Amino acid sequence: MSDKEVRILAIESSCDETAAAVVVNGRKVLSNVISTQIPLHTLYGGVVPEIASRKHIERINQVIAQALEEAECTLDDIDAIGVTYGPGLVGALLVGVSAAKAISFAKDIPLVGVHHIEGHICANYIQNEDLEPPFLCLVVSGGHTHLVRVVDYGKYEILGRTRDDAAGEAFDKVARAIGLGYPGGPKIEKKAKEGNPKAIPFPVAKVADGPYDFSFSGLKSAVLNYVNGANMRGECVNEADIAASFQRAVIEALTGHARQAIREFGTDKFAIAGGVASNGTLREAMEKMCAEEGVKFYYPAPILCTDNAAMIGSAAYYEFMAGHRDGWDLNAVPNLPLGSR
Amino acid sequence: MKILGIESSGLVASVAVTEDGIVIGEYTTNFKKTHSQTLLPMLDALKKMIDLDMESIDAIAVSGGPGSFTGLRIGSATAKGLGFALDKPLISVPTVEALAYNLWGAATDICPLMDARRNQTYTGIYRFEEGEMKEILPQCAVDLGEIIDTINQNGKPVTFLGDGVPVFQQQIAEKCKVPYIFAPAHMNRQNAAALCARAEEYYRQGRMETAAEHRPDYLRLSQAERERLEQQKKQKV
Repeated sequence: MSDKEVRILAIESSCDETAAAVVVNGRKVLSNVISTQIPLHTLYGGVVPEIASRKHIERINQVIAQALEEAECTLDDIDAIGVTYGPGLVGALLVGVSAAKAISFAKDIPLVGVHHIEGHICANYIQNEDLEPPFLCLVVSGGHTHLVRVVDYGKYEILGRTRDDAAGEAFDKVARAIGLGYPGGPKIEKKAKEGNPKAIPFPVAKVADGPYDFSFSGLKSAVLNYVNGANMRGECVNEADIAASFQRAVIEALTGHARQAIREFGTDKFAIAGGVASNGTLREAMEKMCAEEGVKFYYPAPILCTDNAAMIGSAAYYEFMAGHRDGWDLNAVPNLPLGSR
Repeated sequence: MKILGIESSGLVASVAVTEDGIVIGEYTTNFKKTHSQTLLPMLDALKKMIDLDMESIDAIAVSGGPGSFTGLRIGSATAKGLGFALDKPLISVPTVEALAYNLWGAATDICPLMDARRNQTYTGIYRFEEGEMKEILPQCAVDLGEIIDTINQNGKPVTFLGDGVPVFQQQIAEKCKVPYIFAPAHMNRQNAAALCARAEEYYRQGRMETAAEHRPDYLRLSQAERERLEQQKKQKV
C-alpha cells in the first residue's frame, strides 16, 4: 500500500435518506451529507417505498454536489465511487446505484458496490481510529438486527439475526400502537424515561434452535395484547410504563445475546451500529455489560448510526483496497446477504 | 450538436447517439433483463463501437415518462449521473411523444398505447402537418375506452403502436369505428434514436433542464398518496 490518500465518494439511498459523503482512507470524513425524508413518511406512519424512490431522484444530484463541495474537491480528486447496492428497498437502492454507475462511467472512476450492513459496522472505524478487526458487532436498525463476528476487514460471520421483525421495526410498531407516532425509536426512548421498566413483565424471546437469533414479533404482540386488553376493559394504559417495559425487554434480549457471544468467542472488543444504536438507554446497558465482561465497548456518534454515506465510504475503502470492483451491470439486490463477496 | 439518448420507460432498453440529424449509433433490446443490468453495459458497448468521447456530448436526452416507475427512475438516475459528471444539460422528452415520433410523417393520426395496468393506458394523439408533429391530445393516463371515444369523435384514421397494442387489441377491434392500422416491428416500441431526433428539436428551441432539476413525469401519484387523498376527500364529505 502506498502512502497516497485514497478518496472515496460514497452514495447511499437504501431507505429514506438520500446521502453522499467523501471519505479519506476509510477513516477520515471530509463531508457527510444526509437529506432525510422522515417528515414526509411520517404522514403515512412509515416508509412508503414508491415515495422514497421518487424523493431520492429529486435529491440525488444536489446531495452528491454538496458532498463534493463540502469536501472541497471535484470528481477528478476521487479514486473510487462506493454505493450501497443492498439490502434495502429495491426502488430506492436503484436510484443511488444508477447514479453512481453513471458518474463512474462518465469519468472512468472505479466502482465499488457496498453492503449496507457492512457500512453500519464500518461506522465504528470512522468513530474510533484505534478499532481494528477482529471484534464482535451488533447491528440494530429499522430493517436489520444482526450479531456479527468481524473476522477481518470485509470478512464477516453472522452469528445471529432476527427471525421476524427487526428491533427498530418493533419500536416503530409499538410506538404506533401506543399513539407515539413515527419514527418510533426516539419517541419510545423519550417516553420510557418517564416510565418504570419493570412495570409490565413483557417477555424476552429465546429462539430454540438459534442461540444468537432474535425474535421481536412475540414481544410486539404482547404489547399489542396488553393495550387491547386494557382498552376492552375500559382501562387507561400508562404509555410511559409500556414504553419503558418494552424497551427493557428489547435491551435485555440484545445485551443477553451480546454477553453470551462475548463469552463464547473470547473477544476483547464489542461494537454496536445501526439506527437503534443511537438509543442512549441501549448504549448505557451495553456499556455496563461490556464493563462487567471486561471488553472495550465501541459505538458510533448518532450521525454515523443513522443511514449515512460516510459509513459506506469507509466500507468501500476496505473493499477497494482488497481489489474489489464492480461492473456496469451492478444491480440493486434487496435481500443481499452479508459477506457474499 | 451531439445528443446521447436514454430510453428505459418500458420493457425496451435503448441508447443512441445522434449528431446533426444523423444516427451515429443505436443499441436497442427488448429482453427480460432489468434495465439496471442492460442500460449501462449497452451504452458502454455503443461508446466503444463508435469511439464516443463522452465529453463531446452536448446534451443528454431522456425519456421523461410516463412508464414503469422503476424503469423511468433507472433511466433518469443514469441521465442525471451522466449530466452531473459531464456537466451537460438534460432534455426530457415526454415518453408518449417520443414514441409517436417513431412514425414521423405518418398520413394518419398517431396513437401510442402504453400498458399502464388496471385497464389504463398512457396515451396521446399526434398528427403530422407540414412536416411538423402536432399534439392533438397531450400524453395522459386514461381508460382505453376513453381514448377510443376521442379517436372516434376525431373521425380520422389512426395508427396504433406501443406495448399496449397486444394488451388492448381485442378492445380496439370492438370499439374503434375509424380505420386503423398497427405500426410494424421496427417502429412500434420506444426507441432512443427517435428520442434523440425529437430532442434535437428541443435543443434548438432551448428546451433543456439541468441534471439536478430533472425528475420523471410519472403521470400518476404513488398508491399511498392516492389512497391518502381519497381518504381526505371522504372525510370532507
